[in-house]
Amino acid sequence: MSSYKIIDHEYDVVVLGAGGSGLRAAVGLSESGLKTACISKVFPTRSHTSAAQGGISAALGNMGEDDWRWHMYDTVKGADWLGDQDSIEYLCKEAPAAVIELEKYGVPFSRTDEGKIYQRPFGGMTKNYGNGVVQRTCAAADRTGHAILHTLYGQALKHNTEFFIEYFALDLLMKDGECKGLIAWNLNDGTIHRFRAHTVIIATGGYGKVYYSATSAHTCTGDGNAMVLRAGLPLQDMEFVQFHPTGIYGHGTLISEGVRGEGGYLINSKGERFMERYAPNAKDLASRDVVSRSMSIEINEGRGVGKDQDHVLLNLSHLDKDVIAERLPGISDAARLFADVDVTKDPIPVVPTVHYNMGGIPTNYKAEVLTVNGSEKTVPGLMAIGEAACVSVHGANRLGSNSLIDLVVFGRAAAKRAAELIKPGTPHEDIGELETQKCLDRFDKLRNAKGETGTAELRLAMQKTMQSKCAVFRTEKNLKEGVDEIRKTYEGMESISVKDKSLVFNTDLVETLEFDNLIRQAVTTVESAYHRKESRGAHAREDYPKRDDEKFMQHTLAWCDGKNTKISYREVHKSTLTNEVQYFPPQERVY
Amino acid sequence: MVQINLPKNSVVEKGKYYKDKTGSKNLRKVNVYRWDPSTEENPRIDTYEVDMDNCPSKVLDILNKIKNEIDPSLAYRRSCAHGVCGSCAMNMGGKNGLACTTSHAEIEGDLDIYPLPHLNVKRDLIGDLDGLYKQYQSIEPWLKTNPKVNSKEIFQSKKDREKLDGAYECIMCACCSTSCPSYWWNGDKYLGPAVLLQAYRWIVDSRDDERKARLKKVADELKLYRCHTILNCTSACPKGLNPAKAIAEIKKMLATSNI
Repeated sequence: MSSYKIIDHEYDVVVLGAGGSGLRAAVGLSESGLKTACISKVFPTRSHTSAAQGGISAALGNMGEDDWRWHMYDTVKGADWLGDQDSIEYLCKEAPAAVIELEKYGVPFSRTDEGKIYQRPFGGMTKNYGNGVVQRTCAAADRTGHAILHTLYGQALKHNTEFFIEYFALDLLMKDGECKGLIAWNLNDGTIHRFRAHTVIIATGGYGKVYYSATSAHTCTGDGNAMVLRAGLPLQDMEFVQFHPTGIYGHGTLISEGVRGEGGYLINSKGERFMERYAPNAKDLASRDVVSRSMSIEINEGRGVGKDQDHVLLNLSHLDKDVIAERLPGISDAARLFADVDVTKDPIPVVPTVHYNMGGIPTNYKAEVLTVNGSEKTVPGLMAIGEAACVSVHGANRLGSNSLIDLVVFGRAAAKRAAELIKPGTPHEDIGELETQKCLDRFDKLRNAKGETGTAELRLAMQKTMQSKCAVFRTEKNLKEGVDEIRKTYEGMESISVKDKSLVFNTDLVETLEFDNLIRQAVTTVESAYHRKESRGAHAREDYPKRDDEKFMQHTLAWCDGKNTKISYREVHKSTLTNEVQYFPPQERVY
Repeated sequence: MVQINLPKNSVVEKGKYYKDKTGSKNLRKVNVYRWDPSTEENPRIDTYEVDMDNCPSKVLDILNKIKNEIDPSLAYRRSCAHGVCGSCAMNMGGKNGLACTTSHAEIEGDLDIYPLPHLNVKRDLIGDLDGLYKQYQSIEPWLKTNPKVNSKEIFQSKKDREKLDGAYECIMCACCSTSCPSYWWNGDKYLGPAVLLQAYRWIVDSRDDERKARLKKVADELKLYRCHTILNCTSACPKGLNPAKAIAEIKKMLATSNI
């Protein structure tokens, strides 16, 4: 048994993660008078929200007529009908107010000639239910995420949110199926902290780092998702991994869809604008899954560029230099730094790159975590928001600029719901030591791991497997191989080694704990993909090329306790929240 | 003359030497500052021989290679790996920058990697920025408007919005402040270029109603006027911003307005 001195804290609510959604929730909670702690393994402005470039969607109608119902239709279609339409209605209806709120917080949005928030075209965003392009994506040049994140951090400071920064969360404290708090390790001084809370809000982001090539930060390891798995709860729709069409070849750095929104286009080795063949109407602004698949087909059929013909080119040199300087300065820097390209003269080499996880912790539109026990039920004391959550508004494929709006709309929803459920200052009941001990035993075991395989070696094996067996196109055969290889890598944990024995900024141990988190999500991702025998959104099966609404208009639920994985399904919600809009029945999805 | 002696336990010693095990013909010596407060040991410089034939172009790639393949105990912050999060700010070859955007080819000879200068060190390459973050909070980095006016969006002309360019892009990596001799000596009182650039960003935001109060707040001999236009800040900024100019603009506004 491990013995660590524990420092106890009591809060009404604990928010885990300080990116866009976590900060928005923390601001709302502080405003409502709930005693709130916000815990993060990195300083808030280092969160990966900072890397979001193109913009945040909302039917403001600043650049021509728009309607939140059109936005809803686009999102439903983008999601390939796997999204829950009650949640999507909530997202799109609340979006305009959420963006205005950000503007009033001080986000430095780009402006129109009249001084209104500038909006640009983005993939899959249309007017009048698919008839023509609409400008719906609100932008602060190509640094929208950065601008929003820094502004939200300022708001949190304004409201005196209590931060616990560079604390690494280990596990949730569960009792009788309810969440009672969490345990975290303070990297600054090596102490262990137990946070009691009436509600824990998980806002830990995605887990892109299960793949070798991703636009994700090194810190995108889905820690909250794995904590949920270890608490015996399921993750949802994990097979849906978004490949962004334009990651810089060889490095993975994101090049915003805003480039194509402003008029950039993709070309193959023949100099041909190939998207015209795959999406005659939307062309380069088709949905991301569609563009990524088209690029992969071009490459597979020998029309890629470069020595290995394994990527394509993104051209924007025809755009007005002033437009590039005003609206796309960040990607110009990125192209110069990571591809040695001057975008005003040459195209950028790009390849589909892992970018976003549609899957995550199942929730309803109030951000309450769901599980299934006979029927759908909520988990008391637990909420999830942002990329960590699967509300599900993005279904099988997220539209560009719908992630930033997801963060603020559901961050706010979580704070509102917590304020309804919790009376400030309610005392905490005793929960015993068993859960704490279980958590610290895992921590202690990994800390003292004396095997012969370094964490980096196992992580690389996992990333290479995911990259080759669970990519843009999938088959029964390679998914089966993926399941077996990931299982083997998981078993490799038995012989893992942690060399650093310090408790202060022991980043060897941090990376090992992160790997323990990643590998569980890799297992559920590849298992969920193996079991979904259809093609829908980002999940493209060569052996099942059609969408199968009869069998698979369902969310995948995956439980994983390490050794055993269980797959089950729950119905997609087939109704809207109110009668202000009608349910959009499934249609063929063409762009 | 005052003689300044470092305490014995802060003398930097020669550390371990990690010889190449790959047999590579293209090696580079990388000297890295190491210190762990949980040991009683002095700080030291460890030297790693790194195989450059299999290493991408940035300093962060070298650090990752050392951590993944040679010595997992090396501690440094990193996250986005493309220059937007500001985590991996450090001193490389004597110059502050982001490890993820600094090409190692630009630095000649052996590569020396230290934490950002003049900060307390938490461990290895991890500097203590808590003081700078508190100063950031002190300039009240949020929009101050009269909430009664309306609930709609505040209009801002393109020209007014343009004034924020060069300021709102700051990623708070602290490369500038920790390159400033004035901040080294008076970092507890002088706000330094990073925080003053942020102060400027809110002062010039046309939507903000508290411009005068904001100016008044920084108009202080120590908070602002310790800037002696050395301009290290501007040459250190990895985002190509110009904090020195922002500070000069603040001084100019104070000199020309009735506050």
